[in-house]
Amino acid sequence: MDMLAAIKAEPFFEGIPEKELALLADCGEAGTFPTGAWLLRQHAPAKHFYLLTGGLVELKAFVPQRGVVTLETLGVHEPLGWSWLVPPYQWHYDARTLEPTTALVFDAVRLRHEMEADHEFGFQLQRRVIDIMAQRLQAIRMQSLDVYGLPGGAFL
Amino acid sequence: MSAPASQPLDPMIPRQFRIEEAFAEVGSGEVYSWRLSPLDGEPLRFAPGQFNMLYQFGIGEVPISISGDAEAAGLVHTLRAVGGVTKAMQKLEAGEVIGVRGPFGTAWPVAEAEGQDLVLVAGGIGLAPLRPAVYCALRHRDRFNRVFLLYGTRQPEDILFREELEHWRAQLDLDVYVTVDRGGPGWHGNVGVVTKLIARGGFDPANTVAMACGPEVMMRFAVMALQKHGVAAERIYVSMERNMKCAIGYCGHCQYGPHFICKDGPVFRFDTLQPIFDVREL
Repeated sequence: MDMLAAIKAEPFFEGIPEKELALLADCGEAGTFPTGAWLLRQHAPAKHFYLLTGGLVELKAFVPQRGVVTLETLGVHEPLGWSWLVPPYQWHYDARTLEPTTALVFDAVRLRHEMEADHEFGFQLQRRVIDIMAQRLQAIRMQSLDVYGLPGGAFL
Repeated sequence: MSAPASQPLDPMIPRQFRIEEAFAEVGSGEVYSWRLSPLDGEPLRFAPGQFNMLYQFGIGEVPISISGDAEAAGLVHTLRAVGGVTKAMQKLEAGEVIGVRGPFGTAWPVAEAEGQDLVLVAGGIGLAPLRPAVYCALRHRDRFNRVFLLYGTRQPEDILFREELEHWRAQLDLDVYVTVDRGGPGWHGNVGVVTKLIARGGFDPANTVAMACGPEVMMRFAVMALQKHGVAAERIYVSMERNMKCAIGYCGHCQYGPHFICKDGPVFRFDTLQPIFDVREL
């Protein structure tokens, strides 16, 4: 698989200069995962950054006395996890594939090193992750509004 | 595409319709549907997106979108028992007679999407007013490019028209995605807000007509997601809801800025609403 072409095809990386794209390509590889594969495990070191190119992944949290709760699902074009960017670099949740899934898998340790060494590269990547974090925060806020609950109009 | 809507002789006088069938759509029947037939035998023709005023004699009248197929026989409404009238209506059974005024209001511009991608975004019971547009797109499937139905609701047991959704999803020429805010142990589908389904894309934003229906806050986020994805405001349509009474623009109960929802809406092109959308005083 042409990693550079695969990276260029992802909206997440749109606008990143060619030089940084080549660096990203050098840090990543294509991954395929069967249904039921665990991509993240809570408390495990966050060694990889996944950008999903197909399939579906569920992000799950263990809640004592309630069991495992699915927080959200992630699909094509969506990054999985940002704990690799934030100390102590450990996953906070579990993630498991719900169907055969493909992803671009990046070496997070090396990415962090490269981001530290080249702040322009770090900025390019971090601003995109922040955008994703903002979207997820908005989504969680919308979920917490329980917009489909009562009261509501009779019209619909 | 669909027959021209009926013009009521006197829009304030209800026609009598018999409930041929009354059935629960989800759970214990909080959301229910009626299949109605006119006592006078004259079918009520409507366009997808329009609504009727349904009158339970002696109780009251409510505006309810039509949820059935505009090109099929029979009139179908889907209601949620949420207020005094719709809770009373929930107790009505097959054979009983109600009053119907309508159809009223603007329609989903399904024909405008011909030759383009059609993206339908529904939230909760907002799937009911969009269903006639789905039927229309399916009946004339060859006239559109890709057709997406993106549906979000609270939890798996609240999924409206579940059997139909499963049937539509099995069709190879219709992209149906369903998500719930809260999944349960038996749920293996998408979890998250419906706007995330928009972000996954698959449609050509420059050649897309999008229609959104659901709680207003959900539509706000849906419109934001569509615009972020590149769909222009003049290509997005939303269905608005306000307190409608007369349904013909006289009483003013449903005034929304310079518009009357009953007469100028409920379906609006988003750019016509953009300046007042989300204005708290309205």
